[in-house]
Amino acid sequence: MVADPPLLLMRGIVKQFPGVRALDGVDLEVRRGEVHCLLGQNGAGKSTLIKILAGAHQPDEGVITLGGEEVRLVTPTAAIKLGVSTIYQELDLVDGLSVAENIFLGHEPGRLGFIRQSDANRATRELMGRLGHPEIRPTTEVGRLSPAAKQVVSMARALSHDTRLIIMDEPSAALAHDEVANLFRIVRELTAQGVAVVYISHRLEEIREIGDRVTVLKDGRTVAVGLPAKETPTSEIVSLMTGRTVEYVFPPRRPEPATGPEVLRVEGLTVPGVVSDVSFTVRAGEIVGLAGLVGSGRSEIIEAVYGARRSSGKIVLEGRPVRRGTADTVRRGMGLAPEERKAQALLLDQSVARNITLAGLGRYARFGWIDRRREAAEARALIETLDIRPGDPDRPVKTLSGGNQQKAVLARWLVDDRKLLLLDEPTRGVDVGARAELYAVIRKLADQGIGVLLVSSEVPEVLGLADRVLVVREGRIIHQSAADDLDEHQVLDMIMEGSAL
Amino acid sequence: MTEARGPKAHERSPAGAEPVDPARPADQASAEAPDAPPADEHLRVEAQSRKPAAPPSPLARFGQARHLGLVLALVLLAIVGLITQPESFATTSNLVNILSLASTIGVITVGMTFVIIGGGIDLSVGALMALASVWATTLATQSYGPFVMILCAVLVGTGAGLVNGLLISYGRMVPFIATLAMLVAARGLAQRMSDRKTQLIQQGNELIVELSTTRVLGLPVLVYIFILVVAVGWVVLNRTTFGRRTYAVGGNPEAARLAGIDVRRHTLMLYALSGLCCGIAAVLIMARTTTGSSTHGDLYELDAIAAVIIGGTLLTGGRGTIIGSILGLLIFTVITNLFILNGLNTSDQLIAKGLIIVVAVLLQRRSLESRT
Repeated sequence: MVADPPLLLMRGIVKQFPGVRALDGVDLEVRRGEVHCLLGQNGAGKSTLIKILAGAHQPDEGVITLGGEEVRLVTPTAAIKLGVSTIYQELDLVDGLSVAENIFLGHEPGRLGFIRQSDANRATRELMGRLGHPEIRPTTEVGRLSPAAKQVVSMARALSHDTRLIIMDEPSAALAHDEVANLFRIVRELTAQGVAVVYISHRLEEIREIGDRVTVLKDGRTVAVGLPAKETPTSEIVSLMTGRTVEYVFPPRRPEPATGPEVLRVEGLTVPGVVSDVSFTVRAGEIVGLAGLVGSGRSEIIEAVYGARRSSGKIVLEGRPVRRGTADTVRRGMGLAPEERKAQALLLDQSVARNITLAGLGRYARFGWIDRRREAAEARALIETLDIRPGDPDRPVKTLSGGNQQKAVLARWLVDDRKLLLLDEPTRGVDVGARAELYAVIRKLADQGIGVLLVSSEVPEVLGLADRVLVVREGRIIHQSAADDLDEHQVLDMIMEGSAL
Repeated sequence: MTEARGPKAHERSPAGAEPVDPARPADQASAEAPDAPPADEHLRVEAQSRKPAAPPSPLARFGQARHLGLVLALVLLAIVGLITQPESFATTSNLVNILSLASTIGVITVGMTFVIIGGGIDLSVGALMALASVWATTLATQSYGPFVMILCAVLVGTGAGLVNGLLISYGRMVPFIATLAMLVAARGLAQRMSDRKTQLIQQGNELIVELSTTRVLGLPVLVYIFILVVAVGWVVLNRTTFGRRTYAVGGNPEAARLAGIDVRRHTLMLYALSGLCCGIAAVLIMARTTTGSSTHGDLYELDAIAAVIIGGTLLTGGRGTIIGSILGLLIFTVITNLFILNGLNTSDQLIAKGLIIVVAVLLQRRSLESRT
């Protein structure tokens, strides 16, 4: 082993975004033919590191050597040429093209722009045979394949280049259980052929099964290099991942459990394939946090409660069941700050004021006629209350920072009396200082008697902000208790391994 | 920053799409990458704050500037008219003629502006106007008198618009296809009803024709109807919840839905509104031509869409103005007028209109880019 130089060596990688040091001295060493797992909480820097390897980001400092030679991955094409292929979580295949066309997209065999289809098909059959999936035919349209088969096509595409290193970003997230077994078989075949795999997953049991060595990231730094994947105890891995260096400032929690009236009661909520038989309540003035991994069903629970997603089961708001559909739930007093702020909440071209008043327009209108003076006054008042900066109501909302955009979304729901606020990743893309302000705002709202249901990928955030925590795993609530009775370690344990206390 | 990419992440990671487009600089990709919004945000905020503070708002100033460009274009065309045809262009009769010509498509353009701001398109407007004019001028309808004829035209237009809306919002059809089908079918129905014959307005129903012959303060009544429709359209778009929600539905339908707006019902109403405008336009064309015919309004949809686009409305929805659309339409009408007055080839006229669309959109893109 010692004589054989590592395939990939990254030393002291630093990547600075304005306001955020995403990577602050990361080391990574990957050997030929191994499965190297990358672990870390959300925000630890895994995605940034992958993007640097894929040539999508350029590091500010640090050295990358590949097969003993120092390289610079200036573009994605350069990375592919050097033998580094990346398979993203959301597969980038063209549904309307055939398997072979997808695999050779951009480097079609042929000349003068004419594709030699027979060559492409033959090469595809060879690749599929190598991956153990001869049943996937080169001429099949990719849109008709299952998610698992699409992943095989993605891998074949990676292998169609002369690939030495494949990076897989949560490859199992979209797969059913038996399909994961198949994925592992392919990974083993690849490594047997000398290809190295960097494998990213949140699921510890997968890492134990497929991984050779583990590198752990925390807050943009490497905290452990090359731990043996099978022998390292879970407790050691989890404690490496936790214990943040960045401390958030949380507002004080309510001194005793909320005793207000029940705002929301959910019974037997089921979203086919994602959420099964979930029941819980939210009281007035209480912040309830849903802790879980991406894909665990936590966002779907919130959307179903809001009526934005088909579901079965009972959703009762203030004693009366709600009809499905956002028009009804909003009229009844719910409000949602969705996960994708820009795509799902904001009218980016429009002014801050108009974004704030969008949902409560009816309040300033008589027979559909908007009282613009009242609208402007109320928008200005809310901008002041939430301290949205800059405080110009007419400024297009897209020119605001993430934290202030999020405040504008929250302000939208404060124009009239809300009973229940649903917050999906409220601090995503928000810098540390603005986070503290948002936390304070959310707590203040709860103190005014609003029930809050909060989803976050960041366990410390759920524990710090919520009064009560529901742990979600694979579409079920596996644990609930007061936030004070849990620590980060326990929650991470539960959401990753499913071991209830 | 966060690495969570849930199933709701609609936009594919730009980095994921990157290999297809190697020419794109990597740092640009990084600015858009979903895991680094703070980076992006700060850059923009800083860039914004470096600009001198602009009272009132940059958006409003830009809006005025955009209309200014259209007004300048109109003035330029008028100067061309004054130079080339000093005796005939600036006469009252010619200007009245321009306005009368603009009225019919103008009413349709108002409806089209709503639909396009709301993120849709309506290709069926010309055909709907023809169908409404035919239906209102059948002998059976005409026997009930002019008011029923007007009511009939308006109802036929609105009804067909509702069908468009139902197909698009509840049938989940693409607007282009649904209204294309309506275009073909409505023309066909108009041909069947009229047996491809031009239907004259009968004696006793001259009231409709009088809309174009009677003049108040020198202008035919139908021009006032046009102005009224524009005014009502402006008020609805700018001063009511319906108008405000139209921008939201077109600009970000998902955000509109999650803000509690019934997007499907709103879309339905937008197409019904466009149909209503076609019905009113049918009354105007009956007044001007004294007939109802299945050949009325041929290719009006293209003129209306062109006027809306020249007026600065985004074809993708979420942004636009009624005033811009009307100015766009007037530019088109004045060009037609100039070509006729100068006895020029109509083919050249089409070439000129095509160029104007291209130039207008290029200029708008430039002013948009200089803004951000």
